Amino acid sequence: MTEVPGFELLDLDGASHAFPGSRPTLLCFVKEDCATCNLAVPLIQAMHSAFSSSANIWMISQTRDGGLILKDRHGLSLPILDDTELKTSFAYNFDIVPAIYWCPDGGSATTMFEGFVRSEWQSLNAEIAAALETAPAQIDWDSLPDWRPGCGSKHLDPDIHDRLQAEADDSPIRARKIEVASADDVAEFMFDQGFSDGLPLVPPTPERVMRMLSGTRRDAQEVIAQMPPNMGEATIEKIAINAVMAGCKPEYLPVVIAAVEAVCTDEFNIHGVMATTMGASPVLVVNGPIRERIGMNSGLGALGSGNRANATIGRAVRLAIRNIGGAKPGGTDRSTLGNPMKITMCFAEWEERSPWAPLHVERGFKAEDSVVTAFAMTSGPVHIVDQESRTPDEIAGSLALGLESLFLPKYHMMPVDTLLVVCPEHVDTLMKDGAYEKSRLRDRIQNVTKKPLRAMVADEVSGAGMTRDAAAKLSAEQLDKQVPKFASSDYIHMVVAGSDAGKFSSAFHGWVTGAMGSQSVSRKIEDI
Amino acid sequence: MTVILDPTDEAVPVSRQITPRRGQVSGVVGLMDIRKPRGDVLLDELERLMSERMPDIEIRRYAKPTFTKPCPDDLRAQMKAECDFVIEGLAD
Repeated sequence: MTEVPGFELLDLDGASHAFPGSRPTLLCFVKEDCATCNLAVPLIQAMHSAFSSSANIWMISQTRDGGLILKDRHGLSLPILDDTELKTSFAYNFDIVPAIYWCPDGGSATTMFEGFVRSEWQSLNAEIAAALETAPAQIDWDSLPDWRPGCGSKHLDPDIHDRLQAEADDSPIRARKIEVASADDVAEFMFDQGFSDGLPLVPPTPERVMRMLSGTRRDAQEVIAQMPPNMGEATIEKIAINAVMAGCKPEYLPVVIAAVEAVCTDEFNIHGVMATTMGASPVLVVNGPIRERIGMNSGLGALGSGNRANATIGRAVRLAIRNIGGAKPGGTDRSTLGNPMKITMCFAEWEERSPWAPLHVERGFKAEDSVVTAFAMTSGPVHIVDQESRTPDEIAGSLALGLESLFLPKYHMMPVDTLLVVCPEHVDTLMKDGAYEKSRLRDRIQNVTKKPLRAMVADEVSGAGMTRDAAAKLSAEQLDKQVPKFASSDYIHMVVAGSDAGKFSSAFHGWVTGAMGSQSVSRKIEDI
Repeated sequence: MTVILDPTDEAVPVSRQITPRRGQVSGVVGLMDIRKPRGDVLLDELERLMSERMPDIEIRRYAKPTFTKPCPDDLRAQMKAECDFVIEGLAD
């Protein structure tokens, strides 16, 4: 005896049928477009004719329309129950139709089978007749084949199954469900609700969110962070919802989760990054084997459009910050101008093309780890064009000069991060005469950008920089002191990306780097 | 009908009542500096004026560690426990 799920279904005439009940019951799940079901349906009708005085013989159709067709096609008089919602089929969770459950006590099954094996149906007929102490149904068994395979149950169709899973009692979905009226356009509705960054969103239906959650092993209700300014709980589920809206595939989800973890640390300080009028935003760099696995772009156009993983991972993180954290332009996002990185900015390092240790290895991870690193950046990518230099120090010098524009060329000794994205052709020139270490490039940048302190003093060209009063207190010797662009070479971060053709590197410029502002944060990505 | 899942923190908008006005300022007034440049200048002046006009009140000064980050919970709780009124200097 096997306990089977209870249900209450309407038949095609609108009458309600509840299970379990007091009468012996035969349940037969069928779908109209299955040839084997059509073979079995006359048998079920024959059993109804033979046994219905002392047992329920119920056919359960997986669509209402299919039930009507079967009734007409086979001249049926037995009760045809409508399981269009497929919740009962899902609860029984058989694989194949027809699916048979004989429950002589009206609640638990003694015989269950799927498909069509003639001997099984013959035994069933005999078993019911014996239980009811009546004659078996009259069936011409010789006219039937020995065996026919059934068809896959409709509730297992991928789209339908994910929806049913989302609606089931043990569903991992806990988020508030929003019903969008059929007269409403879902895309317009989401704009009106303020969920969007200005671009259309993929509607986060329960079935899509279920599929997204299949991208991680982590519990859907695990809280990753309290996300400011609202201190909203960033659960895996909420992140998955925003990842659906952004257009992510499930296999991107672990990257999005790790990035949300990174930006929600006290070090990264997403609150300040979003709130500043200067207009900062996370720039995400992905390293390790996951780049290949999810098809990220580190080559041609890596910082631009056209790659789904790059574009949607960055966007998912920004949508999560907007929707879970509540940082919206005009609210706590106070950026004067904003920048396109506030929509998305995520790319992979071309580790294989780089002569240097990849970013994540430089930051203490293993080469085989997959890691996302978040930088708070206010500008970028700012191009550094040099098509002429042919020696390593020349190209390094040009990269240095390109970084002068960070904030304002006049500002030096900047305690501010930069992320330099060196293109392959510039790498080749740097490596022309042998290894050119990152430390040497950093030193070159600091040396080339050195200027006397007096060049930073406010003057008639620009009032920015050191005030005249402060400068007046310094000696001529102090004002002659040479100061580089960056307060320390530690502020200079480097990765390699871009196509093999083109002598164009780029740089992202930071915000307030440090404990008062934002520090770059790396997080290991879950291995799936 | 389409069902979508709420992507937000589901903070239900609650209409908040303004604290009933007493008609006069008394007790402890907290002046909170969020640490934006020159916020202290504004609050110094406010303290001077209030002390002149309302000699019976007590003024206490508070400051966030940095304007870039949310107010620490402890400081919020401390101000709530100690003050009858709080004035916060925003922006610069």
